[in-house]
Amino acid sequence: MNAEATSLTHNTRRDFLKLGVLAGGGLVLGIGLGGCSKPAALGAGGQPVAWLRIAGDNTITVLVDKSEMGQGVYTALTQLLAEELGVALEAIRVEAAPVAAVYTNNLLGAQITGGSTSVRDGWEKLRKAGAQARSMLVQAAATQWGVAPETLKVDAGAVVNGRKRLSFGELAEAAAKLPVPTEVTLKPAKEFTLVGKPAKRIDTASKLDGSAIYGIDVKLPGMLHGAFAQCPTLGGKLASFDATAAQGMPGVKHVVGTDNGVVVVADHYWQAQKALGAVSIQWDAGANAVLDNKAIRARLKKASSRTGRAARSDGNAAAALKSAAKVVRATYELPMLAHATLEPQCCTADVRADAADVYAPTQTQTIAQATAAAVAGLKPEQVNIHTTMLGGGFGRRLEVDFIAAAIVASKAAGKPVKVIWSREQDMTHDAYRPPAYDTVAAGFDATGKLTAWKLDLTGPSITARMFPPVVATAIDPFAIEAATNYPYDVPNVAVNYNREEVGVDVGYWRSVSHALNCFVAESFMDELAVAAGKDPYEFRAALLAKQPRFKRVLDEAASRAGWGKAPAGHHQGIALMEGYGTYMAQVVEISMKEGALAVHRITCAVDCGQMVNPNIVDQQVEGSILFGLTAALWGDITLERGQVQQRNFDTYRMLRLPEAPRIDVHLLDSSEAPGGIGEPGTAVVGPALANAIFAATGKRLRSLPIANQGITTV
Amino acid sequence: MAAINVNGKALETDAAPDTPLLWVLRDHLGLTGTKFGCGAALCGACTVHLDGEPARSCQVALADVGTRNITTIEGLSTDRSHVVQKAWLELDVPQCGYCQSGQLMSAAALLAQNPSPTDADIDTAMAGNICRCGTYGRIRKAVHRAAELLKKENA
Repeated sequence: MNAEATSLTHNTRRDFLKLGVLAGGGLVLGIGLGGCSKPAALGAGGQPVAWLRIAGDNTITVLVDKSEMGQGVYTALTQLLAEELGVALEAIRVEAAPVAAVYTNNLLGAQITGGSTSVRDGWEKLRKAGAQARSMLVQAAATQWGVAPETLKVDAGAVVNGRKRLSFGELAEAAAKLPVPTEVTLKPAKEFTLVGKPAKRIDTASKLDGSAIYGIDVKLPGMLHGAFAQCPTLGGKLASFDATAAQGMPGVKHVVGTDNGVVVVADHYWQAQKALGAVSIQWDAGANAVLDNKAIRARLKKASSRTGRAARSDGNAAAALKSAAKVVRATYELPMLAHATLEPQCCTADVRADAADVYAPTQTQTIAQATAAAVAGLKPEQVNIHTTMLGGGFGRRLEVDFIAAAIVASKAAGKPVKVIWSREQDMTHDAYRPPAYDTVAAGFDATGKLTAWKLDLTGPSITARMFPPVVATAIDPFAIEAATNYPYDVPNVAVNYNREEVGVDVGYWRSVSHALNCFVAESFMDELAVAAGKDPYEFRAALLAKQPRFKRVLDEAASRAGWGKAPAGHHQGIALMEGYGTYMAQVVEISMKEGALAVHRITCAVDCGQMVNPNIVDQQVEGSILFGLTAALWGDITLERGQVQQRNFDTYRMLRLPEAPRIDVHLLDSSEAPGGIGEPGTAVVGPALANAIFAATGKRLRSLPIANQGITTV
Repeated sequence: MAAINVNGKALETDAAPDTPLLWVLRDHLGLTGTKFGCGAALCGACTVHLDGEPARSCQVALADVGTRNITTIEGLSTDRSHVVQKAWLELDVPQCGYCQSGQLMSAAALLAQNPSPTDADIDTAMAGNICRCGTYGRIRKAVHRAAELLKKENA
């Protein structure tokens, strides 16, 4: 494994200088987005923004626009480009792209990593960039040899003409002077040599020897360290503080206030953390001073009696329920959840009079830049965002709340400052997954046919805070996932959404509303199977005749899991979903020993369309399932007096190795467009598990976590 | 100034005696491979070896280190040649990777004590290391693989 990213090791100014010299030497081949012939924007150090650089020494660097948070984008996106360029993955170095318009995620409208969009967004544009570069290199070789480009081949980083070879590095300078072709032909899938293959990740080696650089590891010359305390009440502000005692403590340089907190800046982090405890702080708790879970639940329950906005309406569900021979109704509730990335929130800022460098483990470079600029009093283009490795993302780092304190501290100190949140600050100041209070009803006619499905969702909107224009006229699209795409063959379907704010910031949490709505829909489908006296798998299968992709994953999961043939004392539950263009079904097999739940095996069938890297898909499916399993078993953020009660991993429990069940992942061949894979698994495991618990105990779980339902876990 | 032994080198640090070893390593000595996760010995991200025994460095004060030999991920090998690093690479274990320094240090300590661990041994030795990305299945396989590699090395 030779491939190592320069951004994976230290992202220092010296590196940028080196790249500047490279750029000045004219040995860089820059390819803009979509063959755009406009001059490329300039990034840090003045080098042109591009998808790749090929240096005279044959060093090939791909600038990856998406943040690497474990989901494998540094590898998968590089595979796409390398496929068309005609080089081995091992020959490529990866660097995090700066902020620039060319890196806008076309599915989300800004430079954002989220929504399982990375491969879907990059699928064509990175292959096109690779093909454009290849075309220019081939043309440069054709000109040098005086032959037609059609007669030449590309092989392992070189253009070949019979026995003659010119390496990409030798051709780079001449190729860079050619116009970027606007039209290139991409390889058909059957000719892929890299895409679709289970290549090893290019970032693995750096994660085995401590050399990978996360946000928390950034080091800059003269850098100071900051510790941060925020108002314990969510949404509260800083009123005043007295830093007299702290200022005399060893290493302490500055104590500065932010809008909602206090930063102590010292020579070293531990000095800052200790001195933070010596600052006397008065908080303004604000409107949430009396907020607790009871109040949130009461508010959602009350709001749920309103008629929500129609998100889907087939036929007339209300009328069909009225005339139904049998009606089943239920109410489901879901708790708030923290993201709990293992790397706590952190940011390093170097703010100067006319520019700033911000080193951040961010999922959203565009918003990070705008936020940093606003706090620093600079223009966005004066702020360079350097994306580090992310020690977990899961949607937490779509927030930019970890940036301001570093900017304020650096401004006050006149030096670079790295601010690290304690675990307690991180846990108690998240943007939590929205709570939900949902009611659902279904009706059967006299023949036992399911004729009506009505789902009423109630909860706060994430997008209303994050991207207000999106919800100006439309329902928050990230509130109705796995609800409006209800796949079963039922003539009358109504899905309504009732937005009700609860006073605290809610955020995008891995799989977002899929995990809320899939739990409700697939648990209730199980209730309906019971009401109909049918097997839960067969009940679903019979309603999916017109949905071949759903049916296929359902059948595959059931068959691979040995549905209905669990060992004595073991019980199974099943659930399915489409999300992010990916179809998935899971079977969870459990036992209840003296009332204690043991999860033995999870079988997952996946149709995610064409895959770039099945090795990474497999990782993501396993990881997303365990993420969802952790939440289903134990996840619960509670408030008292507006303060989060869970402060560390002793009270916000994480799944550990001995508790991790066997997971069998079955990836189905598909020629469909690529689907997202980082998130669906998280959503499907909850209802599959709850359905298995029903099969074992007859107890229907209509809220989570399971540990709060009188069930202990082994 | 306090003198400590880190990765086979005698080093000096001006950190205060009550500074957790984690922050001495990261801030004062620049060894950032050891990670901060919880500050309360609940997650294992800061695991290092003290005389070969796994220890949560966020809970060990500099003053209590004494003459013990500290090994961090940077000192597990100089060229990623330790059997756990080889096995982790072979099985492509990490996702975000943030917990993996601690996972590797716990696994290396286990194999040093018990070169042929059972699943139950692995459960016990690795239960203190949280992986939020859910790489546990691959970690288990990689510990078994590292044990095989160890046998070959010792053969």
